[in-house]
Amino acid sequence: MIKFLLKGLIRDRHRSLFPILSISIGVTLTVLLQSWITGYLGDIIDYNARFSTGHVKVITKAKYDNSQQMANDLAIVGTNKLTENLDEEFPEITWIKRIRFAGLLDIPDENGETKTQGPVIGWGVNMLSKKNSDIERMNIRKSLQDGKLPTKRGEILISDELAEKLKVGVGDDATFLGSTMYGSMAMQNFVISGTVHFGSMVLDKGAIIVDFNDAQTALNMENATSEILGYLPSGDYDNEIAHNYADRFNKKYSNSEDEFSPIMITLSEQNGLDAMLEYVSSFIGIIIFVFVLAMSIVLWNTGLIGGLRRYGEVGLRLAIGENKGTVYRRMIYESVLIGIFGSLIGTMIGLGFAYLLQTKGIDLSSMMQNNSMMMPTVVKAKITSTTFFIGFIPGLFSTIVGTMLAGIGIYKRETAQLFRELDV
Amino acid sequence: MTQITQMNTNKKYLWRYCIINKKKDNKMKKVLTIILLTIVMLNGQTPSAETILKKIDENMISKNQIMTSSMIIHGRRVSRTIRSKSWSIGDTKNFTEYLSPAREKGTKMLKLDDKLWIYTPSTDRIIKISGHMLRQSVMGSDLSYEDMMESSDLTDSYDAKVIGSEEIDGKQCWIINLVGKTDDLVYHQRKIWVDMKLYVPLREELFAKSGKLLKRMELKNIVNIDGRWYPTKMIFKDVLKNGEGTEFVIDEIKFDQNIPKYKFSKAGLKR
Repeated sequence: MIKFLLKGLIRDRHRSLFPILSISIGVTLTVLLQSWITGYLGDIIDYNARFSTGHVKVITKAKYDNSQQMANDLAIVGTNKLTENLDEEFPEITWIKRIRFAGLLDIPDENGETKTQGPVIGWGVNMLSKKNSDIERMNIRKSLQDGKLPTKRGEILISDELAEKLKVGVGDDATFLGSTMYGSMAMQNFVISGTVHFGSMVLDKGAIIVDFNDAQTALNMENATSEILGYLPSGDYDNEIAHNYADRFNKKYSNSEDEFSPIMITLSEQNGLDAMLEYVSSFIGIIIFVFVLAMSIVLWNTGLIGGLRRYGEVGLRLAIGENKGTVYRRMIYESVLIGIFGSLIGTMIGLGFAYLLQTKGIDLSSMMQNNSMMMPTVVKAKITSTTFFIGFIPGLFSTIVGTMLAGIGIYKRETAQLFRELDV
Repeated sequence: MTQITQMNTNKKYLWRYCIINKKKDNKMKKVLTIILLTIVMLNGQTPSAETILKKIDENMISKNQIMTSSMIIHGRRVSRTIRSKSWSIGDTKNFTEYLSPAREKGTKMLKLDDKLWIYTPSTDRIIKISGHMLRQSVMGSDLSYEDMMESSDLTDSYDAKVIGSEEIDGKQCWIINLVGKTDDLVYHQRKIWVDMKLYVPLREELFAKSGKLLKRMELKNIVNIDGRWYPTKMIFKDVLKNGEGTEFVIDEIKFDQNIPKYKFSKAGLKR
């Protein structure tokens, strides 16, 4: 029967060409959108995990309640013991201490007085110790534009845009000016060892990266840190697993009465990423729903037009004794074949475009000048296993629904009038 | 007979009515007279806001002063005491050297008009504080660098008006309301409670343009030093900040001293 239906579809192109074309276009768009959203939002989540949120993060309860504050007066103290406990109780997770801070970077002139200065956001990360180095995790080595990675205490990396703005280069002196953990003035001299470009507006605008121990010294944070980030062994964020770890930790360590007790939060509980994670899944669902709805209407119309064109054929088939249900079912089988073809073609075209977007990406940096979110400036798609079949859902569903709606007319034909109609 | 009796009764009532009304009129007159007299007396007694502010300046501002003070910062986590010595001429020149704790010792700050520099011995650098850094807190206290930069001549930037009186710690105070003349002021509105006798501010509240209270200041332990009434303890509270506020205690203050000129130069920061 399939062979028979196929022959019919191939020989009568009016029956197949327009529906296949419409389905292919719709499926291409679905595949492209799915891969783009997955890729872009996935990149945002990955960026946040690497630079800001970790998969889980340990901070003080007070800091959690004032998450927008960059000041370290709410930092965790006694971190040496706490990280030891974390390593013992959650050995499968990689634990990283980081200090985040804000302040000014002041560049001296030949007399040691202020030549230029600008606001900076700083990261105190592990760069000098080989254990749990953040160099690879934060992609620092690949982001290096000029100079070298710090090899000793007192050396810093600054973003290339900041270097340009402050008119400094590798080997120049710079003084960080900010607040210590206790609110006093923090001033520390550094030597610029290199410049970096991360491809994220937030980081490239005014980031400085110093070694963790230097940050501790500058900000008077002996045995203290802003946050302890945890990375799951798989390397990818899993909301359920992360929540399980957080629940276990909080039951043991968190004390609602003490605002400085540690609390573990998951990636989804930070930077509004929960909404983003939900957005990813719901947005794809919305795309499919809208596509099914729109395409069903298009294909319903196509079916109606086809039904009118095949009015005589259907009438004749009914007149020679073919069952109404059989005619209706065969038309649906035809639509299934059309749907499969259209979805296949659409998926292939969509995958081609998605691959291009995945490898090349689109640079949107000019549109993100004032963006404060941590996200990449180059938009890239990501082909996942879902990308290969996502197009088939709307492709097949809309064709079948369209045909089912258009084919209802078959049941309305009166057998008694068929021959009179055929005469006409 | 009945009619005569009725008439007499009516007369009696009328007479009484007249007497009562006359008494009421007299009372009303008395009350009005007292109110008018009070208004006249009050108007006569209440100096203008400008006069009060001028008298405050006359009492508190000297040619120069040298002060040793302790700033006790009650943070969310710990309380810290920072001791410093400062030299100042009016409100345009100020040089402060931090004496303790060890981490802050040797840090110096120089204010010349609307410019501010800081020096730390660990960096051996003189750095100008500007831009958003001016909004930062001074040593973690409830005071910002912007507060330090403010001019004491409030009548220049604010429209001042006496809006009432209130008693603070048993002292009668004028309440002066100051509203900014321009939009670029750190605090758009201020309320100052001034001791009627000594012309010393006892409380100050600082507001944003929206009317939101930003900071509160209490001035206590007023003593007479060289003929000037001076508060030796000030409590600052940034209401937007957690913590118990900052106490500023004057350990020693000397007026009209000989201060060498180099103190108010950038070179003085490194000496």
